[in-house]
Amino acid sequence: MGGRDATMVLLDENGIRCDGRKIDEPRKIVIKAGGLKNADGSAYIEFGDNKILVGVFGPRDVHPKHMSNTDTGILRVRYHMEPFSVGERKRPAPSRREIEISKVIKEALEPAVMLEKFPRTAVDVFIEVLQADGGTRCAALTAASVALADAGIPMRDMVAAIASGKVADTIVLDVNNEEDQAGQADMPIGYMPSLKKITLLQLDGVLTPEEYKKCVDVGVKGCEVVYELQKKALHDKYFGNRSN
Amino acid sequence: MADRRKYVIPGDVVTSGPFRPEQNVILEGNDIISTVVGISEIYDDSVKVIPLTGKYLPKIDDLVIGKVVSHTSLSWELDINSCYIGFLPAMDVFGRDFSTHSDELSSKLKTGDLVAARIANFDRTRDPLITISDRDLGKIDDGVLVKISTSKVPRLIGKKGSMIQMIENGTNAAVTIGQNGWVVVACESAEGLSKAKKAIEMVNEKAHIANLTDLIQDMLNEKDES
Repeated sequence: MGGRDATMVLLDENGIRCDGRKIDEPRKIVIKAGGLKNADGSAYIEFGDNKILVGVFGPRDVHPKHMSNTDTGILRVRYHMEPFSVGERKRPAPSRREIEISKVIKEALEPAVMLEKFPRTAVDVFIEVLQADGGTRCAALTAASVALADAGIPMRDMVAAIASGKVADTIVLDVNNEEDQAGQADMPIGYMPSLKKITLLQLDGVLTPEEYKKCVDVGVKGCEVVYELQKKALHDKYFGNRSN
Repeated sequence: MADRRKYVIPGDVVTSGPFRPEQNVILEGNDIISTVVGISEIYDDSVKVIPLTGKYLPKIDDLVIGKVVSHTSLSWELDINSCYIGFLPAMDVFGRDFSTHSDELSSKLKTGDLVAARIANFDRTRDPLITISDRDLGKIDDGVLVKISTSKVPRLIGKKGSMIQMIENGTNAAVTIGQNGWVVVACESAEGLSKAKKAIEMVNEKAHIANLTDLIQDMLNEKDES
C-alpha cells in the first residue's frame, strides 16, 4: 500500500488492466488436490500470485465436547495468513480480519456439506495463506471445497468462488490487490454451479442497482470457470487420464 | 446389472429420471446428484456412487478390526478407524454373570490389543456397539496390522473373495479383513508374511488398475522361484 504508484493506470483505453488482463479475464489459476499426507483431505491453489494450502480433518471427535451437536456434525474453519505472506511481516496471531474471513468461509461452505450424516463429530478446515495478493478469501474458499471433496465429506455441490468489482467505472472480473486498493468496489462471490445457488456474497464499495446486477452476473460466470478447474483437479488426482 | 459407469465428483449430475437414489447420491428436482468423488453405477431402477475416498462409517454386521484404547469397569473402548469409538460391553466377553467385583477387564483385553469384532448395533444417536461373541471373532493373538484405505476393501476382497483367496493361497497366510480398512495378516513363515503384506499394499496403491489380479499373481509367483 505504502509504495503504490499513484500514476498507475487501472484500465487503459484498449480495455487492458494494470496486469495486462482483459476486463472479463481471471488471473492464472492452478489447483491441485491432495498433497498433504497427514490430513484426510487437502488442496493447493495458485490464484494469480495468491498461494494457499488447505488441509481438512474429519469427521472426527469434537474437542471440547460441549461444542458437539447431537443432531449434526459441525464445521470449523480456520483461515490464517503466514507472517511472510504479505509485504510487511504480519503478526501470526489471528487478527480481526482473519476471524471474520474464517466465519465467512465457514458459512459459505455450510450449505454444501452434508454433515447431518455424522452427528457428534467435527470437520476441521485449516487454510494457510502462504502468499497473498488480493482475493484470498475466494481462492481459499475454492481450495477448501476441493479439499473437502478430497477428504470424502459428502457435499451437495462444489463451491467455486471469485471476486468481481468495479474499477475505473467498469465492471471487471477477479479484482487483484492493486485494483482492490484503488478500485471502487469489490464483490467476492461463492457459487454452487450445479445447484445454481450463491453461498457467499459480500460487497465493499458503492454500485448502482444496474451495476450490482452486472457484477453478480460477471462473478457467477467467473465461478463457472473456476469450477471447471476444481473439477479438473479432482479428476487428475482420482481418475488420472481416464475419461468417461 | 451395473452399466454406464461414470467418474463423478460432488455436484455432478449422474442421471435424471425416475431412479431411486441409493448410496452417496441425492435427488435434486429430477436430477440425481453425486455427493462424493467416486464411480457412479446405474442399475435398472436405482443409482449409487462408490466412493473413492472418505472415512469408514460403521454399518451393522460389518466385520471390523479394532484396537483397544481404554476401558472402564463395564466396557472397553475400541479404535475402529472411524469417527466414532467402538463400544464393547464387558458382558459380551464374560457372559451374563459378569460382575464388577469378581471380573477384571484387563485380564481379557489390554490396551493396545487387536480384536476382530462385529458391529452389533449402530445408529446416529449412539456410538457403535460391538460384539465379539461369535465364531472367528475375538482377540487377535498373532499377526501384523496393515492399514489400507476403506474404499479399497472391496477390491482387496475381490469378486466372491477371489483376490484375497489368491493372496492366501499364494503365501499360506491367514488374512482377516476388517471393513474399516484394517487388515491383519498372520503367517508362519516370515517370507509369506512379507509377501502377503506387499500384495495387500499393492492392491491399496493400484486398486484402479484393471488387470490387478494378474499383476498380483505374477508378484506372488515371482518370489516362489527365487
